[in-house]
Amino acid sequence: MQSALDQVLEKARQAGASRVHAIRLRIGALSGVVPDALQFAFEALADGTPAQGAQLLIEDVPARFWCAACSREFAATRMFAECPDCHRPSAELRAGREMELTSLEVD
Amino acid sequence: MCKDCGCGLPGENPVGISAHHHDHDHDHDHGHKHGHDHHHDHDHDHPHSHTHSHRDATGQHRVLEVRQAILEKNDRLAERNRGFFHARGLLVLNVLSSPGSGKTTFIRETVRRLGERLKTGVIAGDLATDNDAQRLRESGAPVVQITTGTVCHLEAEMVARALKELDLKGLDLLIIENVGNLVCPASYDLGEDLRVVLLSVTEGEDKPLKYPPLFQSAGVVVVSKMDLATACDYKRDTALANLRRLAPNAPLFELSAKTGKGMDAWCEFLIQQHQLLKTRDPLGA
Repeated sequence: MQSALDQVLEKARQAGASRVHAIRLRIGALSGVVPDALQFAFEALADGTPAQGAQLLIEDVPARFWCAACSREFAATRMFAECPDCHRPSAELRAGREMELTSLEVD
Repeated sequence: MCKDCGCGLPGENPVGISAHHHDHDHDHDHGHKHGHDHHHDHDHDHPHSHTHSHRDATGQHRVLEVRQAILEKNDRLAERNRGFFHARGLLVLNVLSSPGSGKTTFIRETVRRLGERLKTGVIAGDLATDNDAQRLRESGAPVVQITTGTVCHLEAEMVARALKELDLKGLDLLIIENVGNLVCPASYDLGEDLRVVLLSVTEGEDKPLKYPPLFQSAGVVVVSKMDLATACDYKRDTALANLRRLAPNAPLFELSAKTGKGMDAWCEFLIQQHQLLKTRDPLGA
């Protein structure tokens, strides 16, 4: 979260903003990020910075895998990457590890 | 502090206790929707992320479009490490597991058995103490300890700093022992060639299912402490099925660093990987 906050504050500073009101993030299901923990860490770290009190708006990105045998993409259920057609496990992750700072609302 | 678990908060209170409260002295409504109907013209190439700014629908706040990976800085530094390692023909392992899975003994025995066949250096990460480094030095390998303080994982930058203290001359293999933790280290690339995830037979067969992201990111899976399998009623079939579900393509080794069983196959694998690295590298390392 510190790295995310550093990016937020840097972007806000570059834009000449005095205050950050909202922070939009995209967080993948397999990123290892726990949104509640993120929220907690953010509140603790943002204290006393221009981002204090900003809303964290988190967009969840579901995990999607590729099945080479069936040439199809599928959504993982409960994080297991088993192709619903051939039931073979896949190791080719197409989406779900994202941790991205999408946008900020500032003034 | 890491982005996942809130570890490494400054001061005496790490995760869990929050005594402060926030005063929201600005009044604005966060319930509004933004009309993102603006238009960007991009006819130039730009590899860097950049910021666009426009007003939100209410006109109160400016919206800055960022689109940047949160761990971009770590990823960049990890790539720098990777380039540095490749230029030296060094095979690099990032060893991850829960605390007490036997990483240190496993690494010490790997180094000892490889001996002259692959000259090995070790970077060991822990929150505190250099006990692991001392144990690892028994193998005769050069060892650098990183103490992370309150941080629960290693980052690429810490590895880069540790490299300055390690004499890499003549080394073929670098083993990085990560902090014992099955959560946060999964997100941090250190620039390694192979991510080695350990599961000891004492941990329970369903451990991989409880921590999918880490096991899913494994390049190699090692089942350790096989000498204790009978004593702790280890269910091999269940454990392997669970591991296969998460890491179907990762080579798997079952071994005991204590008795040495299975260690030969593991060491042969490393020698082979090191050969591959050399033949793949156009610079010839």
